[in-house]
Amino acid sequence: MKPTSHQFVEHAAAAQHDASLQAALGRLNRDARASRLHVRERLPEFGALSDAAVEIKTHSLARLDHYLEEFERNVSALGGTVHWCRDGEEACEAVLEICRARGATAVAKGKSMVSEEIALNDHLARHGVDAIETDLGEYILQLRGETPSHIVMPAIHLTQDGIADTFRDHHDTLDSKRPLGEARELTDEARRTLRGAFLGAEIGITGANFLIAETGTAVIVTNEGNGDLVQSLPPVHVVVTGIEKVIPTAADAFTLLRILARSATGQEFSSYTTFATGPRRAGDADGPEEFHVVLLDNGRAELLAGEFREALRCIRCGACQSVCPVYRSVGGHAYGWVYGGPIGAVLTPALIGHDQTRDLPEASSFCGACEEVCPVRIPLPALLRRWRERSHRSGLSPARSRAALAVWGWLARRPVLYRLAMRCAIGALGAMAGRRGRFRWLPLAGGWTDARDLPAPEGGTFMDRWRAT
Amino acid sequence: MTDGARQEILARIRRANSAATPVPIRSHPIPARARGSVDELRDRFIAMAREVSATVEHVASPDEVPRAIGSFLDAEGLARTITLAPDSTLRSISWAPEVEAGDDPIVSSSAVAVTPAFAGIAETGTLLVHSGARNPNRLHFLPETHIAVLPAAAIVGGYEDAWTRLGEQFETLPRSVTLITGPSRSSDIERKLQIGVHGPCRLHIVLYDGKEP
Repeated sequence: MKPTSHQFVEHAAAAQHDASLQAALGRLNRDARASRLHVRERLPEFGALSDAAVEIKTHSLARLDHYLEEFERNVSALGGTVHWCRDGEEACEAVLEICRARGATAVAKGKSMVSEEIALNDHLARHGVDAIETDLGEYILQLRGETPSHIVMPAIHLTQDGIADTFRDHHDTLDSKRPLGEARELTDEARRTLRGAFLGAEIGITGANFLIAETGTAVIVTNEGNGDLVQSLPPVHVVVTGIEKVIPTAADAFTLLRILARSATGQEFSSYTTFATGPRRAGDADGPEEFHVVLLDNGRAELLAGEFREALRCIRCGACQSVCPVYRSVGGHAYGWVYGGPIGAVLTPALIGHDQTRDLPEASSFCGACEEVCPVRIPLPALLRRWRERSHRSGLSPARSRAALAVWGWLARRPVLYRLAMRCAIGALGAMAGRRGRFRWLPLAGGWTDARDLPAPEGGTFMDRWRAT
Repeated sequence: MTDGARQEILARIRRANSAATPVPIRSHPIPARARGSVDELRDRFIAMAREVSATVEHVASPDEVPRAIGSFLDAEGLARTITLAPDSTLRSISWAPEVEAGDDPIVSSSAVAVTPAFAGIAETGTLLVHSGARNPNRLHFLPETHIAVLPAAAIVGGYEDAWTRLGEQFETLPRSVTLITGPSRSSDIERKLQIGVHGPCRLHIVLYDGKEP
């Protein structure tokens, strides 16, 4: 997709005035947090599992070449094919080639963030291949020409009525009298419509949550069962995924699976966790004749080399998005690309370039909720801060904030002067605010005071109070 | 693409990792709830499966499975017609006159499929099913109602235990192995939980005691 991250500030401002979006985002708060906490409390070993998960991912990344080669060997031994792709273009081309080799024009897709990253559907469509999304949320978005706004709840920004309108606009065989006022009715309508896509698809494409090197297995986790239909019914199964997904063994997968659903949706376990290993075997009652794995680099090896390496531990649970106060007030689309929220603000500059995404790492209050909830303990605020430092060093940040920081820095290195200046500023602000104790407006503070009053400082500086105790 | 890309990606990774010190994976913690006596694990399996909207019935012998399935279908208002997986254990049970068992390939979504399950996992009330010559994978996902028949002796504590049993039975992993935890579901529309999206709307588990028939 074409990134619009350079317009983050405008989009974030507009999002805050979008009543329908705000109502939708409010639902993120309703029960997601409670169920996540509940399942964590029921599993006293959650912390130990998180520690082990960090070790598994850190170990796998340090020996990534070894495990990718082992994975490839095992896929090949069973008659599958691994396609190595440096960037999105190569990956799209690899998938298109697989379609062309079978003369296939009908593709059914399971949910895959990597395929969003490389805009696979657009590429296939340009070459006459029709790819239908089958995850309920992704299907709705595809009809609307939108992109996911959350990693695991892609259509969280939409309302039920909006979805009903979408179905009425796009489903030709839908009886206009049929009620679509309830989520149940909408779900049944999607089930009815997508049956044909599953049964008629010549190619099934899924993502992968993990790749297991030891057995050449691709693991997918879903709740709807669409991923399993997509990888069981069509004659070809294509897995499209990133190189960082490989782990050594099934035992490692079980450790990661125990934290994934609990962090993503607050479930103990997702409905379907499937281990797909190669094409159908001699004598199998069903299953695809071909098994392909498209391995995408697209900037990941470069991430591995630098100070953002830890972001590659991410298992795409979306918990950091669900808890982030910024994400919860602007939604995922404001971030302007595939991955929103804290992990998106770390990954996006690395994957599509810092110059057009420099506002994303600024969109954090460093409250630390993301790091606290992250099941693989990615130090998200520290990584965001590293992008800010880069912005500052490379001159990407605006002149005004650089100048302000320079003045503050100069002052902060002169403690006597600094304390004096603070004492004067606090005294002056306190006097200006008078008895109300708040400012409705203050020069240079419009970003704050446009939406709420600014409380005035009371009493002395921290140092003065400290001495007085 | 292909070989040039492969070499280049591997070279990039090796360069990036030149200073990385590999840390060992020291442990895989197994939750306490994956351990317990046979009775504890069976009870936990049943309780956890019910929590995720599966229904569970426990019968004393394999011969009682058809009657149990018949009354489940009645209670759900469904016809007593099933699609039976070509599994030798299931085929050795006499289904008539309780239910009419056929083996039509399922296309109609209102179908009821009866399949064996390889293992039950107490930890989360999860079934392990796999593909194979006698296990059409589509029977697990395509029908509206999936009835899984599971010997009580196949209930284990954790995922790893089921995996170990699978390894004992198969030299090579079956093409597809699925951990099924409750029926198909989605909360994609306004976070409202809907049971039955693309996979089965009902998951019924019939546990039986005693030796295989």
